[in-house]
Amino acid sequence: MRSELELYGVNPGISDQLHVWGWEIPVYLFLGGLAAGLMVLSGASVLTGRTERWRFTNSVGPLIGFVALVVGMGALFLDLEYKLHVFRFYTAFKVASPMSWGSWILVLVFPAMLLGAFSFGTWRRPIAILNVVLGSALGIYTGILLGALGARPFWNSGVLGPLFLASGISAAAALIHMAAGSEDERRALAKVDVVALGIEAVLLALLVIQLATGGEASRRAADLVLGGPFTAPFWVLVVLLGIVLPLVIQGLAIARRIHHTAWGPALVLFGGLALRTVIVYAGQVSEWRGY
Amino acid sequence: MRYAMVVDMKRCVGCAACVVACQVENDVPEGHCRDWIAQETRGTFPDLALEIRSERCNQCTAAPCVPQCPTGASHIAEGGVVLVHKHLCTGCKACVAGCPYDARYVHPDGYIDKCTFCIHRVREGRLPACVSTCPTFAMHFGDLDDPASEVSRLLASGRAVKVNHPETGAKPNVFFLV
Repeated sequence: MRSELELYGVNPGISDQLHVWGWEIPVYLFLGGLAAGLMVLSGASVLTGRTERWRFTNSVGPLIGFVALVVGMGALFLDLEYKLHVFRFYTAFKVASPMSWGSWILVLVFPAMLLGAFSFGTWRRPIAILNVVLGSALGIYTGILLGALGARPFWNSGVLGPLFLASGISAAAALIHMAAGSEDERRALAKVDVVALGIEAVLLALLVIQLATGGEASRRAADLVLGGPFTAPFWVLVVLLGIVLPLVIQGLAIARRIHHTAWGPALVLFGGLALRTVIVYAGQVSEWRGY
Repeated sequence: MRYAMVVDMKRCVGCAACVVACQVENDVPEGHCRDWIAQETRGTFPDLALEIRSERCNQCTAAPCVPQCPTGASHIAEGGVVLVHKHLCTGCKACVAGCPYDARYVHPDGYIDKCTFCIHRVREGRLPACVSTCPTFAMHFGDLDDPASEVSRLLASGRAVKVNHPETGAKPNVFFLV
């Protein structure tokens, strides 16, 4: 049966080009995820007794995360339509609002990163635990922020939280892989990255399977990346260039078939941004309305 | 008290007087709207069915937009009407993304705006602007908790009733008589 719909006197959202969030949000979600990953890795390096061997990870990593998050929050601020009211995030705490959780998590995350970078002696362990916990919370929240929006079937999945955390850890490992001075540390972080990329690939597959086998609205959402307008960016930019190719390059480097180059980690960082961009934009056009 | 609207699709001709009345009454900025007309044709020629709906915020009983708000700006006011406190709104747009009916928009002044069921008129005992202007008397407004109200009687009249996308679970309070 054919259906034809005419709408007049409409908001931008009623027509198909719903534009709620622009480039600012994927940039924030990527940099927030990167900061979260750097926190988790820096804490984990201390907790697994690698404080000396992974020097860059536990002392410089949190500082890079700090800068990344400052830039990310700058993008988030640019997105606010009523910038003067930004303080209103901190005059309330709303249990059901992921954005409220996020704004308070962000307040706690900054001091934790600084403490992580400059911790010493007996303080090291508790601060490392704090960084792993808050880093995980930050990474997962960036996914729940979208996942809790039931009005957008493409986002409405619990997988987004762990997916964005895995992607954040992989981006953090890639950054250290590129920037660390010690060969030993770079090699180790390349291995971490391969594991994180593998987990990310599985979670992404689970997301597509969940959407493609769900109800009508979910299946229409899955169609956006299975033949719809987001198919090419999703499979080429996110899956092929962002996950599969760096997995192959870094896998070969770990197996000592090729030298470690910046190509693998650069693709991982690009893929992390592409993942957020495609998910943010595809989610905004996915709807319950199937006119 | 539970305010609701009933739109009779057999009477609606899609003239959009409700849209214009709303824009004038609420000073809605150009390029935006709090209500709109959806004209849907279904079927294959010659078996066609036409449906004209005057749509707006459904003032949902389980409004998905309200819990998304991080500052408490979006809230449920008297009669179940969903309103936005301008002075609390940061324009973060979580509610815009959270509305399955796309009924919210960003006002050029920075806050999120939407249909209020003309609560400022209702408080004075008047009807919402769209309802009072409808030239075919297709629109009705009232309190569903009052069994004697026009909307309660229309919904109990035996005519087929539908809401937009009940599967969202939002429990909309704008009803359409088929």
